[in-house]
Amino acid sequence: MRQRRRTWQTLLATTASLTVAAVALTGCGGTSTEAQSTPKAAAASFEGKGPINYVSNRDASGAANKTIEEWNAAHPEEKVTFIELPDSADQQRQQLIQNAQIKSDTFSVLNLDVVWTSEFAANKWILPLPADAVPTDKMIPATVNAATYRDSLVGAPYYTDGALFYFRSDLLKAAGIAAPPKTWDEMKTACDAILALPEATGMSCYTGQFDKNEALTVNFSEAVASAGGSIVDADGKPTVDTPEAKEGLNLLVDGFKEGMFPSDAITYLEEQGRRAFQEGKLVFMRNWPFLHASLSATDGSSQVAGKFDITSIPGTDGPGVSTLGGRSLAISPFTPNKATALEFVKFFTSEEQAQKRLALSSRAPVYASLFEDPAVVAKRPFFPTLLTSLNNAQPRPKVVQYGATTKAIQEEAYAAITGAKDTDTALKDMQAKLTELTK
Amino acid sequence: MTTTTAPPAGVQPAPDSAKPRKRAKRTAGEGRMAALLLSPTILVLALVILYPLLAAVHQSLYRAETGLDADGFVADVESFVGLANYADMFVGESGRRFLNALGNTTFFTLTTVFLETVLGLCLALAMNRAFRGRSFLRASILVPWAVPTAVSGLLWRWIFQSDGIANTLMGSEILWTAEGNASRAAVIIAEVWKTAPFIGLLVLAGMQVIPGEVYEAAKIDGAGWWRQLGSITLPLVKPTLLVAVLFRMLDALRMFDLPFVLIGPGKESVETLSMLAWDESNQLRYGSASAFAVVLFLYVAVVAIVFVKVLGADVTGAKELKLISKKNRQKKAEATR
Repeated sequence: MRQRRRTWQTLLATTASLTVAAVALTGCGGTSTEAQSTPKAAAASFEGKGPINYVSNRDASGAANKTIEEWNAAHPEEKVTFIELPDSADQQRQQLIQNAQIKSDTFSVLNLDVVWTSEFAANKWILPLPADAVPTDKMIPATVNAATYRDSLVGAPYYTDGALFYFRSDLLKAAGIAAPPKTWDEMKTACDAILALPEATGMSCYTGQFDKNEALTVNFSEAVASAGGSIVDADGKPTVDTPEAKEGLNLLVDGFKEGMFPSDAITYLEEQGRRAFQEGKLVFMRNWPFLHASLSATDGSSQVAGKFDITSIPGTDGPGVSTLGGRSLAISPFTPNKATALEFVKFFTSEEQAQKRLALSSRAPVYASLFEDPAVVAKRPFFPTLLTSLNNAQPRPKVVQYGATTKAIQEEAYAAITGAKDTDTALKDMQAKLTELTK
Repeated sequence: MTTTTAPPAGVQPAPDSAKPRKRAKRTAGEGRMAALLLSPTILVLALVILYPLLAAVHQSLYRAETGLDADGFVADVESFVGLANYADMFVGESGRRFLNALGNTTFFTLTTVFLETVLGLCLALAMNRAFRGRSFLRASILVPWAVPTAVSGLLWRWIFQSDGIANTLMGSEILWTAEGNASRAAVIIAEVWKTAPFIGLLVLAGMQVIPGEVYEAAKIDGAGWWRQLGSITLPLVKPTLLVAVLFRMLDALRMFDLPFVLIGPGKESVETLSMLAWDESNQLRYGSASAFAVVLFLYVAVVAIVFVKVLGADVTGAKELKLISKKNRQKKAEATR
């Protein structure tokens, strides 16, 4: 028996010592709470030149690669390497955060979705940019607003996106309606007239994106903003328990109740809506500009090619308010080559490069002047309408805990449009949840 | 199969006399050598199982500060909150979510494993017969199991979308991917489709070692098909079936990718504990995410222990070893007699 015990003692001792050694080697420390350099001090000194990494979502058009190649040719000592992240936005965010949390210097320049701006800035995962870093006066104001956290610019707007209102111009004409609807009431009247037409049998009036997803947050924000409300105010305090927000949410709730939206629109994301519109099942649709090309395809895949047109989304009293999509570039505080990073961001987001990228990429630039260039408009006919939409756009709620915020919004808005809760209860619960999250 | 008769009564087998002799042979040097040889394995296990587990438990006792300071920055500190992350699972909004997820996880586990077992058994019975093209059927039945879960989730998403095949064939307008019982049904159908072949093949393997003579004897005695199934096939495949069901239960309790891809994250009707833990960590609330993961781990562990202890699922073949050693002892006892 004694011998047996000794065996176990040896076993334990050997294992324990090896474990200690291994843990020490891998450096699995606990959470460090050491003070960081304040971002203000860091902002004052963008120093250090050398190679950097640009980490971004995929650019299938190759336009971003071209810009980087041009930079690398001019700066052989400060080469930029393109690091591609997964397609899923959630996974991109996760990787970016993981790298920031371990203060890794691998990621130098980050390509951030506009809704992540506040979270990254508040956690000091990105640096405030110098005031003169980017020509903000030439950019669409909403894009600059979206890249700003508490009055300091933390990202350089790269590309942007806004809502478009697609409508069947042929049916409008057949029903004798001269101009596309500017308000929800006008849209209802137009639908009543159009759906009475024999060629419109079996069609529905309108759809947006209502599945429980980020897209629902977008559609809810637009409805609320179009009714004159907001989700959070300028100080970041939630304001969804208001008459305006109620009016906005009721647009969507009533749309389902009154049969204005197809009943399966509750499962629609961008793609399902596109298919329904393309198959001629819808008169009106709110969607993003990227669909324009496939809807106007003349190879027979689209039944509505040449039969539709676009305008700004409707509101309650006038044109509606679009939310803002898009991306901006930010600089990590953990990269040693901050001077190069800043120069690269300036170069990448310059008007000249934005114009060059337009030849390849359909992503909308942030410079208003580029939307009106006749050569560009000939290729992308939706640009002037998109500019109108963007000039009137609002960012989604700028809150630090955006992930939990959008979740709470989806939860309550979904409950309201499916009829599980009435509008008042849903908005009251949403207000309570958001208040908790923005404390 | 040689000693079918029990040792005669009154004659005590003397295993005690054999034991010390064996022990004495093992010297201290040998023991040390054994420990040395085993330690790399123990070390690897400690690093990949014990350390993450302890780290998760440790993390679950902390919570990150979410408040902003005057300049709008997040304080980068985590404070020790004791068991508050666990206590929160039973109160308020987070409690409602946790209990919902726990209910979903249990519901999915019970329904899918039950249906899979029944279906898998039927598949195995069908495949166990000799007919032309049997090997082809066996190979093709494996296809659903070979498809990655995320891909099968996408496949079923197409089938279940509002204008998809499921609704077209049934002539219905069910919104399978919206919140509600239809989405639960969709997950169960897809999960059963995917994993019934797994049970089917394991059970088939168990059936094929049943000697044909047993059935012949039963036939001679006039037992019908049902009698053969109930008295021969099922009792003899029970050990295999129990292991298969145990594996499936442990898998189903951790279900994540199928509801995530098929129905989508954040849908309460299908949110499982794994999805909840993922979502919490995605919101950077690592403390409560770890707490959920620890609870899920305990849940899985309890189910496994109950299965092994109460139902006697023989996972490692320990029973067989015991039987063999018992037989050896008996033989030795007889020899010494």
